[in-house]
Amino acid sequence: MTAQEVRLCGLLLQEHFGNVVEKVGTHLIRSGVLTLRALAHETKLPLDLVKKSLCVLVQHGMCTFGAGRRGPAGPVEYRINCEHIFHMLRYPRYIYTAKSLYGDTGELIVEEILQRGQMTMSSTVKTVADRLTHNMPEGQSMDYSEVVSAFSQLVETHFLQRCPPLASAGSSSSGAVDTPLPVATQPTEPESNPDCYKLPYINLTGQGKRRRSSEGGEAEQRAAKKARTDNSECGDDGIYWQVNFQRFHLHFRDQAIISAVSCKLDQTSSEIVRTMLRMSEVTTPAHAAFTQALSANEIFRALQSSYNIARPNLDQYLSLLVDDPMEFVGKTGDSGGGMYVVNLHRALANLARATLESVVQERFGSRSARIFRLLLRKRHLEQKQVEDFAMIPAKEAKDMLYTLLSENLVQLQEIPKTPDYAPSRTFYLYTVNQLPTARLLLQHCYKTVCNLIERRLYETKENKRLLEKSQRIEAILASLQATGAEAAQLTEVEEMITVPERQQLESLRHHINKSCTNQLLSKHESVT
Amino acid sequence: MAGSRGRGRSQFTFSVDALGFGRGDSLPTSAQTPSPLFPPMQFRPVPLHAGEEVDYMLALKQELRASSKNLPFHIKAARTKTDVARYSDKYQNGEPKNNCIEWSPDWSRMPKELCIKVRKPRKTVIGAKPQLTRKPKVAAGKEEVLQKLETLEKREEEQHSEEEEDEEKKKQNDEEEEPDADEDYDEEEIEDETDYIMSYFDNGEDFGADSDDNMDEAVY
Repeated sequence: MTAQEVRLCGLLLQEHFGNVVEKVGTHLIRSGVLTLRALAHETKLPLDLVKKSLCVLVQHGMCTFGAGRRGPAGPVEYRINCEHIFHMLRYPRYIYTAKSLYGDTGELIVEEILQRGQMTMSSTVKTVADRLTHNMPEGQSMDYSEVVSAFSQLVETHFLQRCPPLASAGSSSSGAVDTPLPVATQPTEPESNPDCYKLPYINLTGQGKRRRSSEGGEAEQRAAKKARTDNSECGDDGIYWQVNFQRFHLHFRDQAIISAVSCKLDQTSSEIVRTMLRMSEVTTPAHAAFTQALSANEIFRALQSSYNIARPNLDQYLSLLVDDPMEFVGKTGDSGGGMYVVNLHRALANLARATLESVVQERFGSRSARIFRLLLRKRHLEQKQVEDFAMIPAKEAKDMLYTLLSENLVQLQEIPKTPDYAPSRTFYLYTVNQLPTARLLLQHCYKTVCNLIERRLYETKENKRLLEKSQRIEAILASLQATGAEAAQLTEVEEMITVPERQQLESLRHHINKSCTNQLLSKHESVT
Repeated sequence: MAGSRGRGRSQFTFSVDALGFGRGDSLPTSAQTPSPLFPPMQFRPVPLHAGEEVDYMLALKQELRASSKNLPFHIKAARTKTDVARYSDKYQNGEPKNNCIEWSPDWSRMPKELCIKVRKPRKTVIGAKPQLTRKPKVAAGKEEVLQKLETLEKREEEQHSEEEEDEEKKKQNDEEEEPDADEDYDEEEIEDETDYIMSYFDNGEDFGADSDDNMDEAVY
């Protein structure tokens, strides 16, 4: 855990769960593994608050617990899963993906489950149906069956998965009276549960309830209350569902590859690659280096007819893709018209390399980028050789190389001629190590996100008065409009705020928000 | 190696002028201060992404941030009372308390040691307490009165009428509530029948609470 990662985790926890959880979480990250008592003692918080925070973290899957060093009889130890906290940055993207794939219903399902950590199917369906009904015009309501079908689709494509069941310690079979209740051991990996993607049978019929504030809504409120206490009757008690982040990440990875192909080649090639990836979605394991081999015949059959690609054209496109230096697609055999695979790892490595090059170009200029690309291709070069190959005058080349070296994007490799590393008898070669450099950039990204969040908090605090004033103005405007005021009154009210101040503040906060999500997405995916 | 010391004495593997300074020149001055906090940038940064997707995600993010403050997962430490216990504390609206949790997790999935009392929402508590004291009383007459109240004062006492309806409901389900009522007896939130709307009540505890440290100023 680097310092930047810890700082980012703290800020994210504070944003979503408040200061108490932030304190508990950061302390637990720094210490590694702790028991409840040790945690309460070291953070100097009341024990109840620590318990509540741990409940919240466990509920959201960010904290895991297990039998400690002293075995099942000893106190339970807790550890934090930092990766899970970073996923909080990407919640909007997950929700947007669900919306683009499965519509509003899918979007709301994923949003509910993300906000609550884990939920049963029945409660999700009811909540989502109520929310959808609330937004529908009067008289209409959302049927539960539609929500259930959207939920099943999400589960079938593995975007949602069951929370892994906890295996309780078997050693608590001792008959002592004062044995503590069985301590739940470390929950297993969700994928190892054979029922991971099995939908439970629930008997849930009905429609979403509209929340009404008038007296007529009493009967509904009563029914709603009864429904909430009848959860166990739906038959899926104890089966909780969580979002399968890995599947979303695989989806993002596929999207990145497809957009790279369409930028580099053309739209049709990207459609072919999209078809290939879709066909091997569920058959390819998560960290495979390449997809399953697909024959050209299969690809042709699976292509959508709207693209109108004839068979010989398809063959030409495939051979172009194979010959491309980015190596997105590879040919592994000749049966069935040619067996083709998508080279996932190699494509991602190339994308990462392209990202690195573009970062250097944007920060240091195109000539430094030329030197950087040279070093990436030629691996090790002396300073003289760099100047010659890059065709840049010696003084400037030296300057740029030293700048890159000070930023740690380029490393120096010493090759001694003699056992004492005398400078006069040692070769000094410049080199770029792709993976460590990519990780360095990722840490820079984390730091940037932290800085942006802090800047946003600072700006909000500074301009709190202005923000509150604008909120009050909006409320006044709304009420005036409701009572049908004149346009003159409205404009007078609106002018109460100085326009430049407001604009500046809004644009700043917008930029900060945007940067937070967008930056982290691309970089992280490239460093797989 | 000892023999070649004299021969290859000033032969470097790199050209010396590539270093940037010759023999006898002074080294470039060393930096005395840390590098500036906001160094001037050579190149302007690339503009941010824009478009419908990004705007939608931005709106989502703001919404998520706002709504997460209202969820029960947002934990606030209870305010320590610096003053004496007051009669008005009974009528205070729900402040977060340390020893109860505002949502009910599935305790079977959590370690036993984390189990805390789950705080029932206000509405159920109302029914529980008066139930114990009023069971022997005539329940029917009360209901009639309540219904009259409902029809007469719909708007202003909406909050109250909801609470009183819940009392009726709790009377119907009183057996289920019985064991819970004992636990809630310790709850300090008692919403007995009062004519005052609770949200209007402000016992002035916040007034002057900030300036307690500075005793030089006169408090009016």
